[in-house]
Amino acid sequence: MGILDKHKVIETNASLLLVLSFLVVTIGGLVQIVPLFYLENTIEKVEGVRPYTPLELAGRDIYVREGCYVCHSQMIRPMRDEVERYGHYSLAAESMYDHPFQWGSKRTGPDLARVGERYSDAWHVDHLTNPQSVVPESVMPKYGFLTNKVIDGKYIEDSMKVHRIVGVPYTDEMMENAVADFKVQANPDGDYDGLVERYGKATVRNYDGTPALTEMDALIAYLQVLGTMVDFSTFQPDASR
Amino acid sequence: MSKHPKNQAGPGPRSKTHQEGDPNTTGHSWDGIEEFDNPMPRWWLWTFYVCIAWALIYSIAYPAWPMISRATPGLLGASTRADVAAEIQEFSDRNGPIRAKLEAAELTEIASDPELADFANNAGAAVFRTWCAQCHGSGAAGVQASGYPNLLDDDWIWGGDIEAIHTTITHGIRNTTDEDARISDMPRFGVDELLEKPQIDEVVQHVLAISGQEHDAAMATAGAVVFEENCAACHGEAGEGNRDLGAPNLSDAIWLYGGDVAALTHTVVYSRAGAMPNWNTRLSEADIRAVATYVHGLGGGE
Repeated sequence: MGILDKHKVIETNASLLLVLSFLVVTIGGLVQIVPLFYLENTIEKVEGVRPYTPLELAGRDIYVREGCYVCHSQMIRPMRDEVERYGHYSLAAESMYDHPFQWGSKRTGPDLARVGERYSDAWHVDHLTNPQSVVPESVMPKYGFLTNKVIDGKYIEDSMKVHRIVGVPYTDEMMENAVADFKVQANPDGDYDGLVERYGKATVRNYDGTPALTEMDALIAYLQVLGTMVDFSTFQPDASR
Repeated sequence: MSKHPKNQAGPGPRSKTHQEGDPNTTGHSWDGIEEFDNPMPRWWLWTFYVCIAWALIYSIAYPAWPMISRATPGLLGASTRADVAAEIQEFSDRNGPIRAKLEAAELTEIASDPELADFANNAGAAVFRTWCAQCHGSGAAGVQASGYPNLLDDDWIWGGDIEAIHTTITHGIRNTTDEDARISDMPRFGVDELLEKPQIDEVVQHVLAISGQEHDAAMATAGAVVFEENCAACHGEAGEGNRDLGAPNLSDAIWLYGGDVAALTHTVVYSRAGAMPNWNTRLSEADIRAVATYVHGLGGGE
């Protein structure tokens, strides 16, 4: 029986069994995981994808805090019905700066991967405040309290610092101006040239329509950027991916 | 499996407790406990081998093995991206002729061609539910008092014949993305101090009067002068509205933002400026025509 008889050595030596089991699991893991870091289709860069602005990032935190992901996915699968309803299927690169990603697998509400600029800010305010006022059949809870929660961006630089550690390319300049950028994005009367210069295609609007900078502003700023970064009129999908 | 397979033969260690007819043991003995060396069930073993073979075949047929820059493509050339593109193309080809016909037809003649009207109404309903229902409601009743117009009634701000509806859908209203968007810009009479507070109260009473609601007659009379000077240019002498300017009819019972004192005062003080996106960059011409036909056919179409 040759080598098959040798397993007695392993079976009667718990430490050796442990070490060898670990080795087997490690190799199996590496073979599955390592290619994800270098195969072109998983690291495909797409033009237009940028890190979230400070206000959008804060809105994203609110999205996660309120558990929006429990009912809303953010991934349009490559299937005809989804593409026709939601728009172009999602690309891996579009969530490359999401930590953690919000793909989800449960849709009680619709997918939000391309909700950006699909509705007006006023609609979002109406809908978040009282979803049933615009969609009577909706089962979504009310989030009107977001309008009453004033935010000042106190921790946004810390948040960006952490994102930078995990690989989001926030520059030193972005970090220095974090709070200023945070505040100016919801203030169309402010000096937002710096923000636009640093982040490229970013919207500057008073999202919630109230003078104060609130969580509603942040959340809507985030929702309005979802899926809008890539220009699909010029994007050429590689069919083999 | 049988507890005592009969096909077990050959030399095997036998102990005192080993009975005649028992299979061989593995040879281990711990505290006198021994273990039969039963073979694995054949059906299980063969399923296992078939699974291994299947995995190998699958990994050759489909994308699997990671190489230097991409995985092996697989002999079958499977690609979800290509599949979805092909499927969309297939349906687009199938609908191609009738969509071309829809695009070429005169808007006013769509309804009289049964085949075209049937297609336009069904396609339009699908477009409406995907893109329009969020504001106008899945039943197109809008949200009275929140500024989302009801599309079922015969009160139209920008016109209710199919050509007007088609133009509204194509270019939208008060958006910043289409130069040809419909624009009406009611002044903010209160915020910009165009009217004094008492004047605003009076003109609100006048609007209540012309819309047949309870009102203060004296204030309404005074408000008539304010209306004449400030509002009639767009809304008309009698408040009947003007579709060319997008000025709503104020003399009926249909309101976009509410018709009570509070809502009317808010409207006069802050103005209202609901927006609608231009759909010419998001929908094809055939889709726009289909949804225009659908909306026109909902009951209010002129």
